[in-house]
Amino acid sequence: MRFYEFETKTILARRGIPVPEGSRAANAGEAASAARELGGALVVKAQLLVGSKAGASRSDESQAVDSPEQAASATEELLKIDDGGRGPRGVLVEKVHAATAEYSLSISYDGTAKQPLLLAADIAGNIEDIAEAHPDRVVSRHFSALVPFSDYVAKEVAAGLGLNGSELNRMAGVIARLARLFLDYDLTQADIQTLARLEDGSLLAVDCFSDMEVEAKYRQKELLAEFGVGEEDTRSVRAPTAFELAGKKIDDDDPRGIIGPVVEFSGNVGLVIGAGGGSLTLTDAVRKAGGDPANYAAIGGNPSVAKAVALTKLVLGKPGVDKIAVMSNVVSNTRADLVARGVIKGVIEMGFEPADKITIFRVPGAWEADAVKILNKYGVEYCDRSVSISEAAKRAVDKING
Amino acid sequence: MAMFIRVDVNDELVAATDGLAAKLIEVCPVKIFKAGDDAGSVAVVEDNVDECTLCDLCLQGPEGSVSIVKLYED
Ligand code: SF4
Repeated sequence: MRFYEFETKTILARRGIPVPEGSRAANAGEAASAARELGGALVVKAQLLVGSKAGASRSDESQAVDSPEQAASATEELLKIDDGGRGPRGVLVEKVHAATAEYSLSISYDGTAKQPLLLAADIAGNIEDIAEAHPDRVVSRHFSALVPFSDYVAKEVAAGLGLNGSELNRMAGVIARLARLFLDYDLTQADIQTLARLEDGSLLAVDCFSDMEVEAKYRQKELLAEFGVGEEDTRSVRAPTAFELAGKKIDDDDPRGIIGPVVEFSGNVGLVIGAGGGSLTLTDAVRKAGGDPANYAAIGGNPSVAKAVALTKLVLGKPGVDKIAVMSNVVSNTRADLVARGVIKGVIEMGFEPADKITIFRVPGAWEADAVKILNKYGVEYCDRSVSISEAAKRAVDKING
Repeated sequence: MAMFIRVDVNDELVAATDGLAAKLIEVCPVKIFKAGDDAGSVAVVEDNVDECTLCDLCLQGPEGSVSIVKLYED
């Protein structure tokens, strides 16, 4: 269940993580008043559920302004954004602060390791993009969801960013607070995409978003009531489609491995994605390569071959999908050979040649050597982790678009 | 029919080794073995063979009693 950025910032501020001074405005008039009150250089950010995952600082979701008039016209424009069938929940008008350095923090639940995963980088942005472009600048650490979060882990991660002294202590403080609120609020994702260090050394959470476990809504009643989320509201932008329900059924029917959320899009690039983090970057990579994803479907945690077969048939059987790409962004413990067996078997059982239907297989994981032998036997293009996800996505899109 | 793995069982060796048939049925994590028609024998569940995780547990009996063949290494 996604929170709007202003809601995430409410939670962060409550737990002692500083956020920029600002206020939410429902319309252009309120935005102008907020801008007048705040003064100086400001940013106006559309409050979105769908778009904010890709980064609230995206140019089409926010605008820099320095007057009440500009704030009003920016708001008028931003409120026209289609947020998956609904309009933005107003805008956030915030002060802009000069940063001397920027960082990115991300905590998500790693379904394969069955533990929260903390990632930190010494540049701002979407952590999955950073992990792909600059893996050497990302520090990662799993931690237990069962025992209280240790300050030691936070210090270790801060030290991994090359910080020391008071800078290390400040960063460790933010990391520890973020990890604790992640656990306390049953979040599945808590990201500060831009954590700015100001001239006085203090840290400020500039861009952020969070997701809460839907099943936790009864435990988090008070918070949801505060944000005006009704009992039946899952904040999903629309009801699940038949395709998505079929994906859930495949997962429910076989306890081996996990099929993550299956989401239907309108494109023609079928995706079978190796879970373990980074999956959203994959759909972005397909889009950047000029492709139009037909779906999002993550598989991991050592699925049975039968489960991979069923998912492959679901994705390849989707109207408009002629070919699929099997990709994973990060190295995981998922057995690449079992996934290879499953997708190839699924394609063959549908009466097709694997080499015609599987555009690329990039699943760095366990038992890769056997996966390579299987893929070679069936003539499926395979690439290992030395091929970037952008390149793999480009190869897949090129084959699909001819 | 399995596409990736073949499981060969030497019926004579399995039958000649006390308790091996039951052990094979017990240890295989993906239920590739079931009781055969004769006492002390096993049959291979063809539908499950491609699920073989290559864990080698079934290979701990007398040499040659069970063999796992990776068909993709042909
Ligand atoms: S190797 Fe393991 S999974 Fe395969 S048949 Fe033997 S016991 Fe079963």
